[in-house]
Amino acid sequence: MHELVYLGLNSVGIITVISVFMGAVITLQTIYNTENPFLPSYIVGLGCRDSIILEFSSTITALILAGKVGSNIASEIGTMRITEQIDALEMMGVNSASYLILPKIIAAVLFNPFLTLISICVGILGGWGAVILTGAMTSEDFIYGIQYAFIPYYITYSLIKTVVFAFIITTVAAFEGYYVDGGSLEVGRASTKAVVFSSILILLFNLILTQLLLS
Amino acid sequence: MIRVKNINKSFYDKKVLDDVTVSFESGKTNLVIGRSGSGKTILLKSIVGLHEVDSGEIWFDDVLFNKLDFNGKQEIRKEMGMLFQGSALFDSLTVEQNVRFPLDMFTNKSPAEKIDRVNFCLKRVDILNANQLFPAELSGGMKKRVAIARAISLNPKYLFCDEPNSGLDPITAILIDALIKELTEEYNMTTIVNTHDMNSVMEIGEKITFIDEGKICWEGTKHEILHSDCEILNDFVFANSLAKQLRSSDK
Repeated sequence: MHELVYLGLNSVGIITVISVFMGAVITLQTIYNTENPFLPSYIVGLGCRDSIILEFSSTITALILAGKVGSNIASEIGTMRITEQIDALEMMGVNSASYLILPKIIAAVLFNPFLTLISICVGILGGWGAVILTGAMTSEDFIYGIQYAFIPYYITYSLIKTVVFAFIITTVAAFEGYYVDGGSLEVGRASTKAVVFSSILILLFNLILTQLLLS
Repeated sequence: MIRVKNINKSFYDKKVLDDVTVSFESGKTNLVIGRSGSGKTILLKSIVGLHEVDSGEIWFDDVLFNKLDFNGKQEIRKEMGMLFQGSALFDSLTVEQNVRFPLDMFTNKSPAEKIDRVNFCLKRVDILNANQLFPAELSGGMKKRVAIARAISLNPKYLFCDEPNSGLDPITAILIDALIKELTEEYNMTTIVNTHDMNSVMEIGEKITFIDEGKICWEGTKHEILHSDCEILNDFVFANSLAKQLRSSDK
């Protein structure tokens, strides 16, 4: 429960803020780059929805969480390692890896899909807000576009990616933190490595999963 | 009783324990002394299984500890308590939760019984009214005491202390030493204390082992240590100018 709050609930704020701006910017860019009389205006809503569901909410959210949660996990476990707290756990007969890492993986894998769903909803609302505030197109067309040709499988695809990305973020960060050797400098390096490696793996698996799930 | 037979340990090309054979008696405070980097901590961590030895045997009474499987080692570890150099209290837990942690993990006691045991252990190390404080709010001496309370919460047969006095003022250091000695006698534990503090040696050293560059160089009592012929030991024991003066005046 503690991990759910620590790793999941505490990320709702940043995900909401980023998603609302992301949705607004995608919508405005689509409007200004599809000013063509042969294209129906509702295509903006459709494009905004599919971009957010298919890519932005799952992947961008994962990259942000790799920075926020990944560095947090690596530095927390790394500090426990260099201050001998992990040795103390082992001394007490506790399987330290299982005790420290497993709850974090479970929390992230369970909660991150909700973050993605929140990001999708808030992102689309952000786009709608941008339409209303700028008046660049009619609100009715945007809402029609959002409802047009909706494919529910895209949500499933996005959530599958989110679960895989959550696993990557927590395991890579925990690995880097768990095997820290040295002092505070090494903890900092482990934290950076956790973010870099998990980000690269997220992008790589994004490619692989897209090919596997959408081909 | 803990017996270590011919253990060797290397990190890459560097040999840190070289054919170490030593025994530690129960009901006594066994001290391992030596310079920084001499191999004391590695020896202690090898004994408790935090480092795997390359060769040799480590016996806890009649059990060959280093040949046990994971579960076997975990069972023996439930009978161990350890005080780490930096106390190693869990930052996110309060004093009470830290001391209660081993009880939560390994006993079926009721919450009330656990609290009673926690309060008993904290009282035994003279920590009062600090149950809800976090480690960051404690002084160095208090952290050591809480760590000792946590180490004795399961009534261990074996107690390991890695430089319990590091970072403490001389008076607090003597109090911590005295506490370790009292607890050792009270619970008839096999206690091993790593230190390079000569005050500790003279206060609580019943059996002393001197280690240098990973080798056991000398063993004896606190009375014998002042009259040893071992040159490396004498360099260590009489390292400061006051000790040198006392020794020359003694001669």
